[in-house]
Amino acid sequence: MSSTTNYILGVYDDEDEVLHAVTAVKAKGIKIEDVFTPFPIHGLDVAVGHARTRLPIAAFMFGTLGLICALALISYTMVFDWPMIIGGKDFFALPNWIPVTFEGTVLFTAFGLVTTFCVSNNLYPGNKAEPLDLRITDDKFVMAINVDKNKVSAADIKKALKDSGAIEVNTK
Amino acid sequence: MSHVVSPIREKLVTGGKSYSDVTHDICKQVEGEPTKEWKIAFGISCLVFIYGAYCLFYTWWQGIGVWGLNKTVGWAWDITNFVWWVGIGHAGTLISAVLLLFRQKWRTSINRSAEAMTIFAVLCAASFILAHMGRPWLAHWALPLPNAFGSLWVNFNSPLVWDVFAISTYLSVSLLFWYMGLVPDLATIRDRATTAGRKFWYGLFSLGWTGSSKTWARYEYMSLILAGISTPLVLSVHTIVSMDFATSVIPGWHTTIFPPYFVAGAIFSGFAMVQTLLLITRVVFKLEDYITIEHIEMMNIVITVTGSVVGIAYLTEFFIAWYSGVEYESYAFINRATGPYWWAYWMMMTCNVISPQLFWSKAIRTNLMVSFFLSIVVNVGMWFERFVIIVTSLHRDYIPSSWAMFSPTRYDIGDYIFSFGLFFTLFFLFAKFLPVVNMAEVKAVMKGVSSNFPEKKAKSTKKTDEE
Repeated sequence: MSSTTNYILGVYDDEDEVLHAVTAVKAKGIKIEDVFTPFPIHGLDVAVGHARTRLPIAAFMFGTLGLICALALISYTMVFDWPMIIGGKDFFALPNWIPVTFEGTVLFTAFGLVTTFCVSNNLYPGNKAEPLDLRITDDKFVMAINVDKNKVSAADIKKALKDSGAIEVNTK
Repeated sequence: MSHVVSPIREKLVTGGKSYSDVTHDICKQVEGEPTKEWKIAFGISCLVFIYGAYCLFYTWWQGIGVWGLNKTVGWAWDITNFVWWVGIGHAGTLISAVLLLFRQKWRTSINRSAEAMTIFAVLCAASFILAHMGRPWLAHWALPLPNAFGSLWVNFNSPLVWDVFAISTYLSVSLLFWYMGLVPDLATIRDRATTAGRKFWYGLFSLGWTGSSKTWARYEYMSLILAGISTPLVLSVHTIVSMDFATSVIPGWHTTIFPPYFVAGAIFSGFAMVQTLLLITRVVFKLEDYITIEHIEMMNIVITVTGSVVGIAYLTEFFIAWYSGVEYESYAFINRATGPYWWAYWMMMTCNVISPQLFWSKAIRTNLMVSFFLSIVVNVGMWFERFVIIVTSLHRDYIPSSWAMFSPTRYDIGDYIFSFGLFFTLFFLFAKFLPVVNMAEVKAVMKGVSSNFPEKKAKSTKKTDEE
């Protein structure tokens, strides 16, 4: 996040308080940029208003791709390119191919899913991004509000954060 | 809310820890100077590794003729060790994936080290496969690569090729699962870093993690899906390993019970190995508040259940050998129990079937010394199980003139020592440089399960419940 952005940060020290604070702050017409936490809090993404992730769809598609690739490779090598009679079986011996096809499906799903996750969250080695407050990865829960994107005045935002139980209100 | 926990549940984190205490306790061993105990233990494992590496190098250089194999017993310690290590490598993914799907919160403080152990155990297993190939520099021949023989491909009908795919997929997916679990904790270390070096390295691998609620929501989905695909994966791996034997025509190997029997045995030995390491780790790193007696007891219960499954499998196998009416099959089993390798068979029976039954007593399964001892006994038993299956099925060939015994040479033993050196060297490096407990996951389950959680938080939880 760029340093020119004008943020007000409400710091909380309890996960239930921050969850309730999100609702309380939103009720006052304040638009929340995001909430940063040391661990996942169930229901927080919904409270903040994030759309449901489409990662499962991506995972399914990568899995399907893996299945097709594995079957295509095995069929090409075993049936078309160099067919061999093994144990008197058909060239197209589908039951024997299930293990490798399964492993291919899992492999593509896992790597496709994790890659999609990293790309969609802008996570990559060498990314210099840091939390808005270094205590976020320890024990503090931080609600970030972008002043420029809000019609409510900075003073009112600070008051709303204080009222909702923030132990500190900082600007960044 | 996710924090509603039955009051009859034992506390998972004791000692009245706050979130900050968790960070501090776990990061301490990463940030501080290595302790004297760690240096001694790491030094010993390095020496073991170096001696083992010499033996392994000699095996690669001379060929597998340096092993004690003969014309009749063509598989012995190499494949025994391979199957043993792969089996041990099942617990980590089982704990992190299956217990995640079953919402078992006690997994959170042990999954990190169990997964690390899984990865190292699979690497040890891979060393035996490479050595067993005889010409390890041609290992890529097991992969479906276009080659100089007019593209003669690998045989996808062969369980040995299935094994290549199963083990390599398992290793890479486990590594991925483990690494993604590490990212938020690496970010914690990055943000606490006081030295430029630590900030750089932990910053590099924490991928610019900021703890955003959007990222966390996606992260939770990702973990769930990875757990969902890892569960059948972990079951497939030992199923396929067992098919290396089950699809053959050797009496004693050609049995349909092998897949479930091998998977149960793998979980059994894997949990025992996790237990051994946890009991050491919790003392050395002073993690008694995170890895509690409750955790040890849960592990022992899983060991008892899987040990009993393995026991039933032994009996079923024996019964079917008689009931099938196949005399070769019957002979293979009678020979196991009463032939020249009777001591290996009864060692296996005692360690795997009888010893875990002691855990029916609560006093025994909550006793640390006994748990530690029995966890080692179980893995001794599981090593003998594989030895019995492999060697006793082979050593009495169809023609009595081919009957033979197997005795290991110093290189059989040395290659086994290598795997221990590799395993412990990697484990000690992990324990020094990475957080051994998943801090983010432990913090996420603390409310309601941590003893003496500060009064203020307890009140706010109550408020939540009322609302």
